[in-house]
Amino acid sequence: MLYFSKFRIISVILISLFFILIASSNLFKFENNLLNKKINLGLDLQGGSYLLLEIDNNPVIEQKIQNLSITIRNYFKDKNIRIKNLKILGQKLSFSVDENFKQTILDTFSDEESELNPYYPRFKSHQLDITEENNIFFVNYSIQGIVKLKTSSQDQALEIVRRRIDEIGTNEPNILKRGNDRILVELPGLDDPMRIKSLLGKTANLTFRFVTNNDQDSFGAEKLSYEDESEEAALVSKRIILSGDNLLDAQPRMDSETNETVVTFTLDRVGAKRFGKATSTGIGKQLAIVLDGKIISAPVIRDTIASGSGQISGGFTFQSATDLALLLRSGALPAPLNIIEERTVGPDLGQDSINAGMIALAIGFVLVIVFIFVKYKIFGLITNITLILNLFLLIGILTIFEATLTLPGIAGIILTVGMAVDANVLIFERIKEELKNEKNNLIAFDSGYTKSRTAILDANITTLLAAIILFFMGSGPIKGFSLTLGIGIFTTLFSVYFIARLLTVLYVYRNKEKEGLI
Amino acid sequence: MIAFNKYYNQFNILSISLVVISLFLLTFKGLNFGIDFKGGTLIELRSTDSKINVSSLRDNLNSMNLGDVSVKNFGNETDFLIKFEINNNKNIIEEIKANLDKSFGNTFDFRRVENVGPKVSAELLKSGVIAIAVALTLMLIYIWIRFEWQFSLGAILALFHDVLVTLGLFSLLGLEINLSIIAAVLTIVGYSMNDTVVIFDRVRENLRKYSDIKIYDLTNISINETLSRTLITSITTLLALLSIFFFGGEILKGFSLAMIFGVIFGTYSSIYIANTVLVRLRVSQKTVLRDDESN
Repeated sequence: MLYFSKFRIISVILISLFFILIASSNLFKFENNLLNKKINLGLDLQGGSYLLLEIDNNPVIEQKIQNLSITIRNYFKDKNIRIKNLKILGQKLSFSVDENFKQTILDTFSDEESELNPYYPRFKSHQLDITEENNIFFVNYSIQGIVKLKTSSQDQALEIVRRRIDEIGTNEPNILKRGNDRILVELPGLDDPMRIKSLLGKTANLTFRFVTNNDQDSFGAEKLSYEDESEEAALVSKRIILSGDNLLDAQPRMDSETNETVVTFTLDRVGAKRFGKATSTGIGKQLAIVLDGKIISAPVIRDTIASGSGQISGGFTFQSATDLALLLRSGALPAPLNIIEERTVGPDLGQDSINAGMIALAIGFVLVIVFIFVKYKIFGLITNITLILNLFLLIGILTIFEATLTLPGIAGIILTVGMAVDANVLIFERIKEELKNEKNNLIAFDSGYTKSRTAILDANITTLLAAIILFFMGSGPIKGFSLTLGIGIFTTLFSVYFIARLLTVLYVYRNKEKEGLI
Repeated sequence: MIAFNKYYNQFNILSISLVVISLFLLTFKGLNFGIDFKGGTLIELRSTDSKINVSSLRDNLNSMNLGDVSVKNFGNETDFLIKFEINNNKNIIEEIKANLDKSFGNTFDFRRVENVGPKVSAELLKSGVIAIAVALTLMLIYIWIRFEWQFSLGAILALFHDVLVTLGLFSLLGLEINLSIIAAVLTIVGYSMNDTVVIFDRVRENLRKYSDIKIYDLTNISINETLSRTLITSITTLLALLSIFFFGGEILKGFSLAMIFGVIFGTYSSIYIANTVLVRLRVSQKTVLRDDESN
C-alpha cells in the first residue's frame, strides 16, 4: 500500500493541478475553451421562477367528442346507415342504429384500416373504444387514444409556451416536458414573475362572432359577459367568423383619433376574405371580439373592411395591449394550463443565500481544519491539504459537468468537508493501533492502510446509496444536494487514497526511524 | 477503556422508551408538514419599514379571507414568512401585494413565493415516503450481503431508531417537515449506517481474533478501539453542520437541525443499539466462522 511509482506520482500531481485550474475557472476567465465552463447557479441562488404547468385536457377531449359526433353521423350517412339518438355525455357519446346494422358498426370500429377509428399497431389498440349495452353504443377514447391526445396537446402547448416566453425575452429559459400532461418552465433571473404567470395562464382563444338578439340562430348562441364588466352580458352567436388562427400579426398601437391604446392585427388571405365578407353583409350589426369566453369589445360594423387588417379596442392600458398582442401573435394554447407548482426566488434572496452558504462553508472548513490540525499535527496538515484539494476536485467536477449548484448543494459540500476527514481518521487511528505492536513505521503504516480499507469502503458505500436514492427521487434543490454529496464521496476516496497517501508516504519514508510518528 | 457495556440495559430501556414516545407523538400529535407536502402558499417578505410587525401584518392578511394564515418573523425583525392553505384564486399573490401596498405603503419586497397545488404536494409526499423506504431497503440489502443476519438486524434497528427518534423530536418541537428534511433523513440513514458498519467491522475482526472473549466484552473492546474515530468524525461532521445551522441562512436551518439530531442519535445508536443486538442474540466466534466457511 505504500509504494508509489514515479508515473503515479506525476499523474496525481497533474490531476490535482488540472482540477485546481478547472475549479478556479469559476472565478477567472480563461481564453481556453475547455476551461470556459462554469458551475450553473440554481434558481434558488440566482433568483428566478420555477413553474410546473399542467394541461387540462378535459375540454380538448370534450371538444373532440363533439367533433366526433358529427364525423360519425356523416360517415355512416354515406353508407346509408342512420345514426339515431346521438347523445354527447361529457367525454363519451352514445347512439343507436337499426338492429341489422349493429354488426356493421362494430366491424367498422374494429377494422384496423378504419379511417374513423385509427389503429395504433405499436400499442395494439384503437383510438376509440366502443361498447354496446341494450342496443345502445357507447364510444369513448381508449387509454392509448387519450395518451396520444395528451402527447399531441403537450407538444402544441410546449411550442406555444416557448413562443410566449421567447417574446418576453427572458434569458436562457428552460422549458421541458414532464410526464404527458405537464410542462416545466424554469426562468432564471426573472424580475416580474406575475406577468409571465398571467401570460401562461391564458389560453388566448380569440374569435370574432356576431352578437344576435334571439336564440333562434341556426348555429346556436350563448350568453357571454364582458371582460371588463362594463356592459351587461350579450348573446353571441356560436358561428365563428374568424379565429386567432387567421392572424398573421398583432401589435399594440396608440389610436391617434381617440387617444386610446388598441391592438392592431393583420389577417392572412383566408381571414381577410372572410372578414371582408362578414363586414359587408353585416353592416349595422355588432361584431363581438371574444377572448377565452369573454367579450373584449363588440363594435358596430360601419364599413366593409377588405384590407385584412383591423384593430381591437377595449379600454387597454399600454401593458395589457402589449400582452394581448403578444398572446395573439404566439397563438392559442390547445387547452388551458394550470400552474400547479410555483417557486420563485427574488435575486436579493438568491445573493443572500450565496453569501450565507459561502460564509458557512468557510467557517465550517476552518473549524474542521483547526480541529484536525490540533488532533493530528503533521498528519493533520496532510489531511487538511487533502481536504482543500478534495474541495477543488469536487468543484472541478461540478464545473466540468456544468452542474447546477443549489443552496442544499452548498450544504452537501459543507457536509462533505465534515465527513471527508472520516477516511483519513480511520486510517490514522488504525495506524496508531498498529504502532502499539509494530516497531517498524513502514510496516505499521502499510497494515494501517490495508486493514482500514473495508471499513472505509463500507462507510462510503452506505452514504453513496443514500445520495443515489436522493438523486433519483428528489426534485430540484434536493437533486443538487445529492449530486454534491455523491460526487463528494468519489473525490474523497480519490484524495484520501492518492493525494493523502502520497503525502503520507513521502513523509514516512523520510522519518522511517522516528518514534511516535503519529 | 470505558465500560460502555455496563449500561447496555439502561440505554436499551431508554431507547425503547424514546421510540415508543416518538411513535406515540407521530400517531397522536403528527408532523407539522410544510407546504411541500400539504399544499399551500408561502411568501417571504422583507419590509423596509421597521415599524411593521407580525401582528399588524397578520391583522391585515386576516382581512383577506385566506383561511388559516400563519405569519412569523424569519431570521430577523424585518423579514416575515407568511403561509396559508391551498387557495384557488390564481391571482392571490397579486391581490396580497395590492392589499399590503394599500395598507402599509410600498414597503415590501417579495423575496420568495412558493405555491404548491394539492396534486403536487400529494406526489411529493408519496415520493418522499418511497425514497425513505427504498433507502432503508437498500441499506438492508447491502448490510445483509456484507454481514451475518445478526449484524444486519442490529444495524437496521439502529437505523429505524435514528429515523423515528429524529422524526419524533420534530413532532415534539413542532418543526416543519419539508423536502429538505427528507434529504436530511436520508443522509442520516447513510450516516447512521456508516457509523454502525465501522464498529461492526471491528467486532467481526475481533470475533475472529479472540475465541475466549464473550460478545458482551468483545463489543466493548471494539467500541473502545473505534471510539476516537467515532468521536472525531462526529465532531467534524457536527462542526460542519453547526456552521450551516448558524451561518447558512434561514432556509437551511431545518435541514441542518435535523442532521445535527441525526448525527447525535446515529453515533449513540451505533454504540448502544447495534451492539446490544449482537449481545442479546449471543453472537459468537461461530457466527462469523460459519459464514467464512460457507463462502
